[in-house]
Amino acid sequence: MTPIAFLILAALTIGSALMVVFSKNPIYSVLWLVICFFSITGHYILLDAGFLGIVNLIVYAGAIMVLFLFVIMLLNLNKETEPHKPMLLKVAAVFSACLLMIILAASLREYDTRPATMITEEFGTAKGVGKVLFKDFLLPFEVASILFISAMVGAVILGKKHVND
Amino acid sequence: MEELQNSFREIGIHHYLFLSAILFSIGVMGVLLRRNFIIIFMSIELMLNAVNILLAAFSRFHGDQSGQVFVFFIMVVAAAEVAVGLGILVMIYRNIRSTDINALRNLKW
Repeated sequence: MTPIAFLILAALTIGSALMVVFSKNPIYSVLWLVICFFSITGHYILLDAGFLGIVNLIVYAGAIMVLFLFVIMLLNLNKETEPHKPMLLKVAAVFSACLLMIILAASLREYDTRPATMITEEFGTAKGVGKVLFKDFLLPFEVASILFISAMVGAVILGKKHVND
Repeated sequence: MEELQNSFREIGIHHYLFLSAILFSIGVMGVLLRRNFIIIFMSIELMLNAVNILLAAFSRFHGDQSGQVFVFFIMVVAAAEVAVGLGILVMIYRNIRSTDINALRNLKW
């Protein structure tokens, strides 16, 4: 059952990621990206990381994508006004991306293929992840909150029109 | 749930390695191919998600939840990056009235 689910989800992920890149209209790109994030949530659930999947759904598919859609509508970009690169550059971009993929795949091919270790009952649940997060990663967690507040202040300052006006 | 965990052995970590390699390359292709800066930004999100999948896969295969905590931190950084980045993009759009990155070549030469 799982291999079929994995293959369907992987096809959905890759197909929607390609549509993100190749859609002409930015709104469609954002909507395809939402589908891509939903399928990535499916991958997390297959990987026994249910809590991570839900967080991915809330943070990425919820908050970040709404932010993207909001900016696109704010800038009134829902039309195909984008100028195109020359054909040669497009071919070069696709070619070099394919080369990168081949190199990554070839270098990862020899990775050792031990079967997965057995996991405890708590693995990937809110309880298990929370224990690790608040025991081993307490200081990075607090530093992340400082990062968040500085990002928030920076975004507000950037979003203001002009202070002197 | 038991059955799901046992059948997981049929999918090796290789599948996830290849999936995230493909996803990362699509993100790189988006950055190289498009000229709209919002699409480029979304391609960067795709690359971050490719890495997230890989971290979750390694965390499952080694039975260590630290990998999932790392994914949380990547999500934190991505959210902060999107907030600041979109703020910068809106400000650029106010100044140059276009979303074309080729208009931003003042530092070239």
